[in-house]
Amino acid sequence: MNYSAKVMDHFANPRNVGEISDASAIGEVGNATCGDIMRIYLKIENDVIVDIKFKTFGCGAAIATSSMATELIKGKTIDEALTLTNKAVIEALDGLPPAKIHCSVLAEEAVKAAINDYYQRNGIDKVIPLHGSECHGDCASCSNKH
Amino acid sequence: MSRFVYADHAATTSVAPEVLNEMLPYFGPAYGNPSSLYSLGRQSADAIANARARIAAVLGAKPTEIFFTSCGSEADNWAIKGVAKAKAAQGKHIITTVFEHHAVLHTMHALEKDGYEVTYLSVDSEGLIKPEELEAAIRPDTILVAMMYANNEIGTILPIKEMAEVAHAHKITFFTDAVQAVGNIPVHVNELGVDLLSLSGHKLHAPKGIGVLYVRTGTRIANLIDGGGQERHRRGGTENVAYICGLAKALEMAVAKLPEMTHVKAMRDRLANEILKIPHTRINGSMEHRLAGNLNVSFEFIEGESLLLLLDMQGICASTGSACSTASLEPSHVLLSIGLPAEKAHGSLRISLSHENTEEDVDYILEKLPPIVARLREMSPLYDGQS
Repeated sequence: MNYSAKVMDHFANPRNVGEISDASAIGEVGNATCGDIMRIYLKIENDVIVDIKFKTFGCGAAIATSSMATELIKGKTIDEALTLTNKAVIEALDGLPPAKIHCSVLAEEAVKAAINDYYQRNGIDKVIPLHGSECHGDCASCSNKH
Repeated sequence: MSRFVYADHAATTSVAPEVLNEMLPYFGPAYGNPSSLYSLGRQSADAIANARARIAAVLGAKPTEIFFTSCGSEADNWAIKGVAKAKAAQGKHIITTVFEHHAVLHTMHALEKDGYEVTYLSVDSEGLIKPEELEAAIRPDTILVAMMYANNEIGTILPIKEMAEVAHAHKITFFTDAVQAVGNIPVHVNELGVDLLSLSGHKLHAPKGIGVLYVRTGTRIANLIDGGGQERHRRGGTENVAYICGLAKALEMAVAKLPEMTHVKAMRDRLANEILKIPHTRINGSMEHRLAGNLNVSFEFIEGESLLLLLDMQGICASTGSACSTASLEPSHVLLSIGLPAEKAHGSLRISLSHENTEEDVDYILEKLPPIVARLREMSPLYDGQS
C-alpha cells in the first residue's frame, strides 16, 4: 500500500486520540466485520467544537483519516464542521490509494454521526444524512449501504 | 537497538549467493540457446539436463517427469486445466479444498465457467481435512483431486499420502500444490504417491520466475504452450537456463538444510508461547500438523494492516490476513475457512521464519510486538473496558 508521507505521519502520530469523559456528543460508524470502526467524541460549547477525540479500529488509512478529520474540525462551529467532506480529508492527506477512499467516507460520516447525536441530546429536530460525496458504494465496509 | 528482521519467508525468500553463482554464467558467456546444435547451445542444453536430473533426484522423480514453468501459479494452472482438458471425456467433476491458494481456487472458478463441477472440501477449526472427507466427496465422474500439501497462511500440513491413496483407489488423478512444503518438509513424489506436484523457486532461495510441475509418467495432461518442442513438447518456449540452474542448486541446498528446521521450530515455538501471553490472542491452525517456521496469530480488537505498518517501522517484515492489506476488502479466505469470525481474521499476523532467522530476531520481535499491539488496542473502540 503506497501511502503519502502525510498519511504515514497521521498514522504514526495520530492527533486527538482518546476519549472525552464528559463529551457533548459521540458518533460511531463502521463495523468490526468489515474491519473499520470510528468513534468520535465532541465537546461542544456555544455551538463550537472546543475539544475532539477519536478511537479507531482499522487500517493505516482509517487511523490517518480519523486523525485528519478531527484536526480539520477542531475549534470550528457545528455548521462549519458539517461542511467537512471526505474529499477535503483526502486532499489534506495528499491523497489516498483508491481502495482506501472509503476510510475518508467513514471519517466524514463519523463527524456527522456525532453531530446527529448532539442534535438528539439537545432536542434539536435535525438529522444529517450520512453520505460521503466520493463514496463508490462498492466496498461494503460500513453499515450504511451506500 | 534497531534491527531488520525478515519474518515473511512464506511470501518469498532472498536469492542465496550460491544460487546466484550457479546462474551467473548463463547471463554471461554461456548464453547459447539450448536448442542450438553448436557447442555453445549444447552447453546450455547440458546445463538444463543436469539441473533437471538434480531436481528429479531430490524429489525422487525421473528427469523426464520434471517440467519447468515460470512460477508456482503457472504449474498449478497447468496441472488443473491440463488434466481437466485431457480427461474431460471421462468426467467433469473435480475435488479441491476451500483453503487452497488463489492460483488453484481461481483456476477452479475458471473451469466452473467452462462447465466443470468443483467440490470444495471444508477444513476443520484446526485447518485440517480427513481422508474420509475426500472419500465421501468422490463421484463416478470425478477426474481430479487438487489439494495443497501445506497451507500458505496457517502452515497446516495435510495427509497427502493418505489422500492420494483414496483418490487412486477410484482411479482419480491426484495433484498437490507443494509450493509451501518443498524446502520445509521432505517431499518425495513416490512416497507421497502423487501424480502431479507443483513447486516454486522463490520460496526456497531461488529467484522469482521459476517453478516446476512434476508429472508422473503416464499421467494424462494437455500441453500448456505449443511451440518449439521444449519440455518434451508440453511447454514450449526457450528455456530459462539461468533460473533452471539456480533452482537446482536452491533445491539441493534446501533439502540439505532440512535438519535445521528443528531449530526453526524451536524458535517458532518460543515466539508462539511468548506471544500467547498477550491477552485476547489466539493461534490460528493446528500447531501439531504445521510447517516448522509458520506462526499465525490473531490479536482481538486490532486490525492487521496497522499492525504490519507499525512493525515495518521497527524493521520487522511479516504478513496479515486482514482485508485492509489487499485491494479485495475481504479478509483471508483461509482464516474464514477455519471458522474465524471476520473481525478476528482482520487482526491476524503471519510470521514465517527460516534457517536465516536467529534467536536475536525472535527476541527483537518479542520486544517490539507487544507494545505495538497494546498501542493499537488503546486506540481501538472495540477494546473499551477490556483488560
